[in-house]
Amino acid sequence: MIVPFVLPTVVVGIAFRILFRDGGPLGALGWDGTVPAILGALVFFNVAVVVRTVGGAWEGLDPRAEEAARALGASRTRAFLDVTLPRLAPSLVSAGAVVFLFCATAFGVVLVLGGPGTGTIETEIYVLTTQFLDLQGAAVLSILQLLVVVAALSIAARARAAGETAQRRVAHAARAPRRGDAPVIAATVVVAALLALPIVALVVRSLRTLDGWGLGNYLALGGDNDVMPAPVWQAVLTSLATAGQAVLIAVPLALVAALVLGRRPRTPALRRLLAVLDGALMLPLGVSAVTVGFGFLIALDRPPLDLRDSPLLVPIAHALVALPLVLRTVLPVLRGIDPRLREAAAALGAPPWRVLLGVDLAIVARPALAAAGLAGAVSLGEFGATAFLARPDGPTLPIVIVRLLGRPGGEHLGMAIAASVVLAAVTVLVMALVERLRVNSLGAF
Amino acid sequence: MQPALRLDAISVDFGGRTVLDGIDLAVDPGQVLALLGPSGSGKSTLLRVIAGFEDRYTGTVSSAGTRIDGVPPHRRGFALLFQEGQLFPHRDVAGNIGYPMRLRRIDRARTAERIAELLELVGLAGFERRDVSTLSGGEQQRVALARALAAEPRLLLLDEPLSALDRELRERLAGDLRRILTSTGTSAVFVTHDHGEAAVLADRVAVLRAGRIGAYGPTGEVLAGLAAGPGEGRDRDGASG
Repeated sequence: MIVPFVLPTVVVGIAFRILFRDGGPLGALGWDGTVPAILGALVFFNVAVVVRTVGGAWEGLDPRAEEAARALGASRTRAFLDVTLPRLAPSLVSAGAVVFLFCATAFGVVLVLGGPGTGTIETEIYVLTTQFLDLQGAAVLSILQLLVVVAALSIAARARAAGETAQRRVAHAARAPRRGDAPVIAATVVVAALLALPIVALVVRSLRTLDGWGLGNYLALGGDNDVMPAPVWQAVLTSLATAGQAVLIAVPLALVAALVLGRRPRTPALRRLLAVLDGALMLPLGVSAVTVGFGFLIALDRPPLDLRDSPLLVPIAHALVALPLVLRTVLPVLRGIDPRLREAAAALGAPPWRVLLGVDLAIVARPALAAAGLAGAVSLGEFGATAFLARPDGPTLPIVIVRLLGRPGGEHLGMAIAASVVLAAVTVLVMALVERLRVNSLGAF
Repeated sequence: MQPALRLDAISVDFGGRTVLDGIDLAVDPGQVLALLGPSGSGKSTLLRVIAGFEDRYTGTVSSAGTRIDGVPPHRRGFALLFQEGQLFPHRDVAGNIGYPMRLRRIDRARTAERIAELLELVGLAGFERRDVSTLSGGEQQRVALARALAAEPRLLLLDEPLSALDRELRERLAGDLRRILTSTGTSAVFVTHDHGEAAVLADRVAVLRAGRIGAYGPTGEVLAGLAAGPGEGRDRDGASG
């Protein structure tokens, strides 16, 4: 279920377009290019986020409270409504706010899926910048977007704080499913099937060429094309190199930030400063990548910071987009370290730098590795910022896919779909490596 | 001989709230002092002052005749044992016990030998490669004790080391702890709210009440005085803290 969340927006957009287009599996609904198709894709994206956030909180609830209610005469439904649901409320609000954010910034999905009349603030910024060169208008819209996002983030932060103070997490054994769970399990299976449908449709369609079934679309990726000077597979290498550089920038930065934010200063003034810093570092999660790209475009184009032609421009933008995700993965781990553990090490003779190395960094190493994988996946799929910043001669894979989509002709569509499958496969591979580290990396927004 | 620890007129004031008020104490080499008191009596704060984690105090702390005020915790040559051990979760048993020796760059062969000795001493011979998360609460405290002893501390500080354990285990471990401290000649200060533990472990007892020392002297005398005094018995079952 986690897979959709990390899939590149462009891939999801294409998968849903295949579902809803004329002659597609769900083409009869007539949703191609309409709001319902976009909504479907956004739901597809965010189910995993809700499952992770709410599921994590639910797992940590002490089941004895519900049992106590049952023993006092509450029916199973009643006990759920009266006891369990109120305790889940903070995580539900938090998940809702995060989903709102992701949807408000789902540029790739809207750009690929949307038809006339389905534009969002972001597609509007993109169009104003790239087609009408109306930078003032784009700047106004960027600030509007920023305000909406800050409001949503503060709601999420408040809910998260309530969840942390009100509840003590407990560990307990998983229970075996009972007969009464059948409807819940059935619902889960249906959701899983719905999540699998777009992906299956995408893979099947990638194998259909203009003249029957085969690998022709994939083979075409190696040949000449009119969207970039080199074969398309070069873009895969560009994407991987960019992801690697973004990881190398984002992870050390996030670790340093987390080490600072993980402190609990004595003075209220310092504590407030840390809270502000915490919020500021969360911003890129919500600030649309489009805004980031646009900001880079207009801010870094003159000395002393003229990075327009730097090969690091795109990796830096990707690192900025991935930074909050990495931070949210390592920060809870650092904050969860009992300060007495550090004190025990210090009392045994460890100077401060050895405490940092032997306790903090040693404990955070695995989550940091998982976060590096996550950052890599984010970078591989990043489209919003890259759309503004990518160099014409060295585009990343998502950029190439959208360029291919923009060209007429069945062979271009086929190549775009094949490239999407490749991009999805690479991303899923990276995430599978992360999952092998068995770190609950996406639960702590 | 100079006392292993000496406190003169230690007072702590957190924003107008007096936590400790003029504490004078001394621990002779090889001696075990119990700080006995209910929760909120300031005994844990006093332990943090001694360890060097709390610098908001007045008065002086000295060890072996030298003032150590302002000396950071890692240079004091003490060791600290908490209620829940605070073992490093990412190291196995040997990794935990060997940690202070790694800090001191003692060679591997000597370290391994010493780890085996210490495990033998705390009754866990052969536990080197065990993951600390698979240990019971009592076993974890034994490993934490071995780790603290591996630092060969001039003074061992114990913060309610047995409180997280169940009663039977607590009594057995208290006896073992006393035997180990005596056989290694380790000076120690331990904080507790339990009279029984103090009786088994301590040579001397200081009773803390609301930041002041209520009674101070040889264990037998102090505890007998507490038992005779009216209204003192409630400390016996005092809440943990």
